[in-house]
Amino acid sequence: MSWRDVKPIDCDIHVVVPHTGVLLPYLDDYWRDYVTVRGVRNLDMTSYPPTAPLTSRPDWRPATGHAGTDLALLRRHVFDELGAQIAICNVVWGAQALHHHHLAAALCRAVNAWVAAEWLDREPRLRASIVVPWQNAAHAVEEIERCAPDRRFVQVLLLAMADQPLGREHYWPIYEAAARHGLPIAIHAGSAYRHATTSLGWPSTLLEDYVAQASGFQNQLMSLICEGALSKFPDLKVVLVESGVTWLPAFMWRANKIWRAMRMETPWVDRPPAAIVRDQVRLTLQPFDAPPDAAVVERVIEQIDSDRTILFATDYPHWQFDEDEVIPAGLSADLARRVLVDNALATYPRLESLS
Amino acid sequence: MNETLVRTAGATPVKDGVVDCDIHPLPARPDDVLAYMPERWQEHHRVYGSHFRAPFRESSPWPRAAPAISRRDAWPPNGNMPGSDLPFMREQHLDLHNIEFGILQVLGFATGSQRNLDYSAAIASALNQWQLDYWCNPEPRLKGSIVIPTEDPEAAVAEIERWAGHPAFAQIFMTPRLTEPMGRRRYWPIYEAASRHNLPIGIHGGGHGAHATTGGGWPSYYIEEHPTAGQSAQALITSLIVEGVLERWTNLRFVVVEAGFAWVPALGWRLDKHWRRLRSEVPHIERLPSEQMHQHFWFTTQPVDEPERPDDMRRTFDWIGWDRILYASDYPHWDFDDPRYAFPFRLSPEERAMLFRDNAVSLFGLA
Amino acid sequence: MARYVVATTGDIPVGTNKVVTVRGREIAVFNVKGAFYAFLNKCPHEGARLCHGAVVGLVRSDEPGTFEYTRQGEILRCPWHGWEFDIRTGQSWVDPENTWVKNYPASIERGGKLVEGPYKAEVFPVSVEEDYVVLEV
Ligand code: FES
Repeated sequence: MSWRDVKPIDCDIHVVVPHTGVLLPYLDDYWRDYVTVRGVRNLDMTSYPPTAPLTSRPDWRPATGHAGTDLALLRRHVFDELGAQIAICNVVWGAQALHHHHLAAALCRAVNAWVAAEWLDREPRLRASIVVPWQNAAHAVEEIERCAPDRRFVQVLLLAMADQPLGREHYWPIYEAAARHGLPIAIHAGSAYRHATTSLGWPSTLLEDYVAQASGFQNQLMSLICEGALSKFPDLKVVLVESGVTWLPAFMWRANKIWRAMRMETPWVDRPPAAIVRDQVRLTLQPFDAPPDAAVVERVIEQIDSDRTILFATDYPHWQFDEDEVIPAGLSADLARRVLVDNALATYPRLESLS
Repeated sequence: MNETLVRTAGATPVKDGVVDCDIHPLPARPDDVLAYMPERWQEHHRVYGSHFRAPFRESSPWPRAAPAISRRDAWPPNGNMPGSDLPFMREQHLDLHNIEFGILQVLGFATGSQRNLDYSAAIASALNQWQLDYWCNPEPRLKGSIVIPTEDPEAAVAEIERWAGHPAFAQIFMTPRLTEPMGRRRYWPIYEAASRHNLPIGIHGGGHGAHATTGGGWPSYYIEEHPTAGQSAQALITSLIVEGVLERWTNLRFVVVEAGFAWVPALGWRLDKHWRRLRSEVPHIERLPSEQMHQHFWFTTQPVDEPERPDDMRRTFDWIGWDRILYASDYPHWDFDDPRYAFPFRLSPEERAMLFRDNAVSLFGLA
Repeated sequence: MARYVVATTGDIPVGTNKVVTVRGREIAVFNVKGAFYAFLNKCPHEGARLCHGAVVGLVRSDEPGTFEYTRQGEILRCPWHGWEFDIRTGQSWVDPENTWVKNYPASIERGGKLVEGPYKAEVFPVSVEEDYVVLEV
């Protein structure tokens, strides 16, 4: 059996805003003039230079323009070649990194409307994440309320690094709204660049920034657990997207250890952090950061010790694997089946019509 | 079956000598150290004292687990600070645990974090002389670490030159949270001097750096902050490799202290994967990052990571390489690891020798 | 199982402990609000001597940001890594199913009764008119 026969649910593909101009029809008059008069043309993010090898696999790169901007190509690559039955698209875009939180709200609204009209309406196998202006929690909740009736929006999108750790109460209204609507919180690799991407300061290269994302995710999980956000919203699922996977066991061991020592500091954390992670946290498959050694992969999977944790994702069009080598050697057939389809169905209530 | 009693059952005897790569000495009285400073800096110390990129002069922004960050039983009978009394340290740790050599890591005065660079240099010089007079000379089992004013590389190199080759000093001491990531060029003179003298560099978690302790901002709680030592260690290794420091000075040896170790294999895998993809950004990096890691980095075990299945600790050591693991206690701090109980699986005699002694003896040239 | 007289009640004021060695075992005897509890003076984690631990209360919370602090004086935090133990039972709070400190029944007996009874008093000389802490080991 090839994994493609299973018709996987791809939990992370990317649709790209080529420039702010495409959003003009989705902005109201004030913001359309703002964007035009002030020359807000391009909010491409530092973390994904469009021409960098990471940002698009060579055979997925269009002849001109950015990868992830052409629906016909996306259909061919994601659905025909990689065989997905459904794919969730994430727009990682600069609206979430602006300081002007009202502008951010207007642009997030526009981007979600653009995704619905230009992508979801035209391709029924696509689903999307709600891009929210998390800079201002009230605005973010408004945007969730606006998008939630459209059940093709299946989760809420945040980035791995922001102004303040994601467990802080600032973000709780977002989590409350998400939980109420059956929307997981997706935390995607990326940064609003409010702080250096490492605790030691700003590294020189994209490579270091990208490697450091794993640390960013670890810190955010610790924050979500210790601030009590995950206990406060026990039905909430958090999906770490493009996070890497193999760091998870070491994270859980360390989190359990410090919890045993310091439980009294955050007594609302009333069970070992690893148990909370296994219940409420999911990780997408690619980039799968293990060596091509089935024995190592098997061992790491054993250490994660949950067949519900990993969700299939190609991270299209990012270049994380070649050909169709998206499933690492070392996943058992049973686990692969769960990863390919079942875990996504269990994580995303809004995909239930598929099951 | 009680997992924690298994730990006890697997107790590792310490009949053979142990090298402890992380012991924290403090002065019984600040004057013990100040006496080695020029009058001008003694005066500065008395009037102004420490000036950090942090809100408190004498405590961490996150209240620690215990007073003086220490084991509650580590206060000497004379009431002085934990780690300040050599006879008590001998009784409670060096003799009890059969410590053949101990590497001193001097955190007091937070030398590398001082914003006043001349003050930082004065502290470094004083601490080095103090280590020698108060610790290494009276207790030859203890080896010093050359404390440097890290943010002033010229003065740091002068301090290295002053002590390099002295048999009482085993390594150069740095903390990773600085003005810039450790691989950046401003710190290269330090690495050049370390390479020239073939001195290991011990990097002990901590420091008041110029940046938030996570890429996503400042955590609220100590329970969050304590594990960030592991992420800082990942960042420093990444920086030293990607900036090409290890390709330039191929004999450099770094010891990552007090950051745990379970994260090490996954960092290597991640670095390799993304280096392959983004190689064109760093064409000066020719060797696989995980190979550079294995060649240039040693890892102390404390605070010992505690996998849910004890056998995963063995597997983690297998992945890192047994020749790169060094036992450390962190005495007298609260997260101390007892050499008898910290490793809850049965070690072969060879493994035990490497972990507790031989790796450190050859790394530091102890005899 | 033999019984050992290990202290007068006055030797161990409320909130403190005394370490005694019985049959080669180091045992910490705690006075919690006038009742005595005894357990092995060795943390099941990495072996710290529990007699040096901090005697605290139990903090719990149903809601992030709230702190319900009860049972003050009944919880021991290990002097090293801070694991919490219920002094009354020896049970670990962070891993109650798998982790506990071995405890020994302790009782208070009148000296007058002790001199007659089948007690091993060698640990401690007994006089008729005082109250004693007796361990079963
Ligand atoms: S030795 Fe008691 S908690 Fe570790």
